[in-house]
Amino acid sequence: MYAFEFHRPKNVSEAAALLAKSKGKLIAGGQTLVGTLKLRLASPGNLIDLGGIGELRGIKREGNAIVIGATTRHAEVAQSPEVRKAIPALADLAGGIGDRQVRNMGTLGGSVANNDPAACYPAAVLGLGATVHTNKRTIAADDFFKGMYETALQADEIVTAISFPVPKRAAYIKFCNPASRFALVGVFVSQGASGVRVAVTGAASSVFRASEMEQALTKNFSPDAVKAIKVDPGRLNSDLHASAEYRSHLIIVLTGRAVAQALGQ
Amino acid sequence: MNAPEKQPGMGASVRRKEDYRFLTGNGQYTDDVRVPGQTYAYFVRSPHAHAKIRKINKGAAMKAPGVLAIFTGEDLAADKVNGLPCGWLITDVKGQPMKEPPHPALAQGKVRYVGDQVAVIVAETYLQAKDAGELLEVEYETLPAVVDASDALNPGAPAVHDGVPDNRCYLWSLGDKAAVEATFAKAHQVTKIDITNNRMIPNAIEPRAALAHYHRGDDSYTLYVTSQNPHLERLLLTAFVLGLPEHKMRVIAPDVGGGFGSKIPLYAEETVIAWASKKVNRPIKWTAERSESFLADAHGRDHRTHAELAMDKDGKFLGLRVKTTANLGAYLSTLGSVVPTYLYGTLLAGQYTTPAIYVEVDAAFTNTAPVDAYRGAGRPEATYVLERLVSAAAREMRLDQAEIRRRNFITTFPYQTPVALQYDTGDYKACLDKAMKLADVAGFPARRAEAEKRGKRRGLGYSTYIEACGAAPSKIAGMLGARAGLYEAGEVRVHPTGSVTVFTGSHSHGQGHETTFAQVVAGRFGIPIESVDVVHGDTGRIPFGMGTHSSRSIAVGGSAIVKALDKIEAKGKKIAAHLLEAAETDIEFKDGKFTVAGTDKSVTFGQVALTAYVPHNYPLDKLEPGLNETAFYDPLNFTYPAGAHICEVEVDPDTGVVKIVNFSAVDDFGNIINPMIVQGQVHGGLGQGIGQALLENCVYDRETGQLVTGSYMDYAMPRADDLPSFKVGTHVTPCTHNPLGVKGCGEAGAIGSPPAVINAIIDALAPLGVTHLDMPASPERVWRAIQQAKRTKVA
Repeated sequence: MYAFEFHRPKNVSEAAALLAKSKGKLIAGGQTLVGTLKLRLASPGNLIDLGGIGELRGIKREGNAIVIGATTRHAEVAQSPEVRKAIPALADLAGGIGDRQVRNMGTLGGSVANNDPAACYPAAVLGLGATVHTNKRTIAADDFFKGMYETALQADEIVTAISFPVPKRAAYIKFCNPASRFALVGVFVSQGASGVRVAVTGAASSVFRASEMEQALTKNFSPDAVKAIKVDPGRLNSDLHASAEYRSHLIIVLTGRAVAQALGQ
Repeated sequence: MNAPEKQPGMGASVRRKEDYRFLTGNGQYTDDVRVPGQTYAYFVRSPHAHAKIRKINKGAAMKAPGVLAIFTGEDLAADKVNGLPCGWLITDVKGQPMKEPPHPALAQGKVRYVGDQVAVIVAETYLQAKDAGELLEVEYETLPAVVDASDALNPGAPAVHDGVPDNRCYLWSLGDKAAVEATFAKAHQVTKIDITNNRMIPNAIEPRAALAHYHRGDDSYTLYVTSQNPHLERLLLTAFVLGLPEHKMRVIAPDVGGGFGSKIPLYAEETVIAWASKKVNRPIKWTAERSESFLADAHGRDHRTHAELAMDKDGKFLGLRVKTTANLGAYLSTLGSVVPTYLYGTLLAGQYTTPAIYVEVDAAFTNTAPVDAYRGAGRPEATYVLERLVSAAAREMRLDQAEIRRRNFITTFPYQTPVALQYDTGDYKACLDKAMKLADVAGFPARRAEAEKRGKRRGLGYSTYIEACGAAPSKIAGMLGARAGLYEAGEVRVHPTGSVTVFTGSHSHGQGHETTFAQVVAGRFGIPIESVDVVHGDTGRIPFGMGTHSSRSIAVGGSAIVKALDKIEAKGKKIAAHLLEAAETDIEFKDGKFTVAGTDKSVTFGQVALTAYVPHNYPLDKLEPGLNETAFYDPLNFTYPAGAHICEVEVDPDTGVVKIVNFSAVDDFGNIINPMIVQGQVHGGLGQGIGQALLENCVYDRETGQLVTGSYMDYAMPRADDLPSFKVGTHVTPCTHNPLGVKGCGEAGAIGSPPAVINAIIDALAPLGVTHLDMPASPERVWRAIQQAKRTKVA
């Protein structure tokens, strides 16, 4: 790790000002950034810690949505009765991220802003059609994830909360990379006011929606509806742990299973 | 020799004495040791798999804050520091010695794998040394690399060492080739397999570390190091590499957090800092970062094998021929040469009466980390070949998996195999029968049917393994090329007040010797286990010993202690006879008391001890005072733990995911001193074996030679939820040639389990047409095997 200046602002505007001025990095749970720093793969001159900003943390129900503050930890989401009651798939997803230590430190905002191609939360944000709130604006999930580790966030923009509409039913199934336990493929399926959404993580350079399956499931929300669909492996990742062909096969299998789980089968 | 009777003190699951200090954070590991004036070393490592070093410019790095010195291979050469030696000379098929290219502790002119040590930077703090490392200018001229052993042996492959243009270290063989050919000529059936034994990265929980301290006052050194065998480390370092008198170096291997073989070798890092500590006249510490452990710890396995088994019409094995290509890595590590030869080929008889066996091993240098012993070292590779082959043979012969094994089991002992070893004892059928009960084989068809209703496939896999442990009779080892003896030393020091300190040449890095050995001593003397402490891992305190590997500690180290106990008892009888005014031959020792036979006249062990040290009433004219005895024990034979492992898996054919639903292991370790510790060893071994079978795989990029699996993000270590709750049992046939009747248990789990797992998966998928799988059986590999079988069926 290289030396850096550490800042701990008390509110979002102070954090934004520091960010704009210092060109530093925001740190929330640090579950990706600290490892990167220790391996000397990043050397930000300034680290701006969001941990002291109370307004960024917490879970509340607002109308037909669950709103979760950006620095709310995975363990808090997993254990929240509010989330469990409204969107059990989201509580399950949070409870399956990393390990206990990661869940006690890692945050929703950190995960979403980092947009790791194999992270779980982006699948929930996209799969539920959530809205990302920042210190400047609101961004629809469909406009937020831009590519590998890329989002719509501007350089001095800070995620403050994410609002998840409560679906009629939803489920997330993660197929773990046996080494890292990140998603080799993860599929989030939901059926709600805005229709059927299927979001896939782990399989490509960034989380994406599987539109062909959404259409099939819109017609018939049952596991069998997706069985005959083929996912083009052309856009999928091939690596040590899974070929694109295997990933494309898993997407179909996992989507079917997620639908079954959402239906309580 | 008759089987020894059960010894007192044996058989109780005494809680581990050492756990209090480990669980309360009071262990003392190498990195915990701090001495005044300590500096830190950082090793600059090669980013290339194969390159010439054109130039190293120390200028900018030397000016960095805190830097005290920078050394390269040239500096070592100028000081006439030798390369790292290999501990075992292999003679090839033509009677020629193996190729032993130099293994410099810091690269000289060329780097040969990613992670090869190029320079060391010594600074006041570790971060200063590391920062300076980024400023060291090394100019490389990259060369084509070769990482696969078969590729390396192909004509035209890049030469890893200029002196070995074909990359072949040796082509070695064992067994009677002509006799084997004859059996194949008359065989009813020949079963053939081609399999890979995947390369492992050992991953001890404590990374390697060393602290070297030169003492100018008497021109001596103290070296703390994460070693399984501190005396061997000292011998190699002083006599072979640095040219120092042995008595001028004290090597201490304090608490060590796991070894698995990877802490046997003498490594470059401790060699360099020991030398450098005199140069800078300051103590130097080096502790590996985990990334360095991946790159620069000795790796394990990495074999590719073609094997053929000839059978008669009843499935009796007639002959076995095996051709293996072994990857040795870039350099010969301390035991690198012997692992794929005498620790491998000699085990190919397994538990079977196969009368003729011939094995050839082609061993290659590659641009990868050196390969050395890893839990089982050669024996898991042999077991994997044989048990995969036997299971395939049973399928081809349409014989039950247990039946084909029973038909071929060795049942009379001693048994001379055609590959050099002589088994002293065993009861393979009893182990298999017990394991089948434990695994509820009878209930398997119902479980399989139930799984099929859920769309899953169940399979049962067998592995009936043997290993040769308790290395080794020095005379035999010497004849086969060992450059050291393989006895063990033990000293038993009875203190005046009757408590005991045991000094052993065995080293405990997780095995629980401090408890097991204390049980042996406490039981013998009739004293509480709390009155016995076991000291290990310090050449300044213990007699010359060979350390812990090859499941040898209780069989060889324990026997040395027993021999010292015998001497104590004999002397105690003399003292007791004097005190009791009886003839020495009339004295019996039992339950901590020396008694005149047939009387109630007795003295306690404590009284005898006190008398030995306060010899006021003592036969000083005939007997030395004191009660302190040392013994060296050289084993008469190897020991032969054996057992039966049965794995039950459930495969999800839609995803290829394999779940181990049951794992039953019945092992014969001879007599058992502490069943709880033995069970722990078995659990750990099974975990590592299952890790190899399902998860772990070291991968180098075939083009660039970069280590692809350089962290836990890509190298899959088994975790608790990857493993089932094991069912383990034992069957005891005591070893016939050591005083405790013990065989050793450290490696059995890792040896027996991999083929059981793979055989189970193949059994599950056989109805779909799958006949072969390689380790690790990752979901995609299993899924692909199913798809391939489907396509074959259609075509």
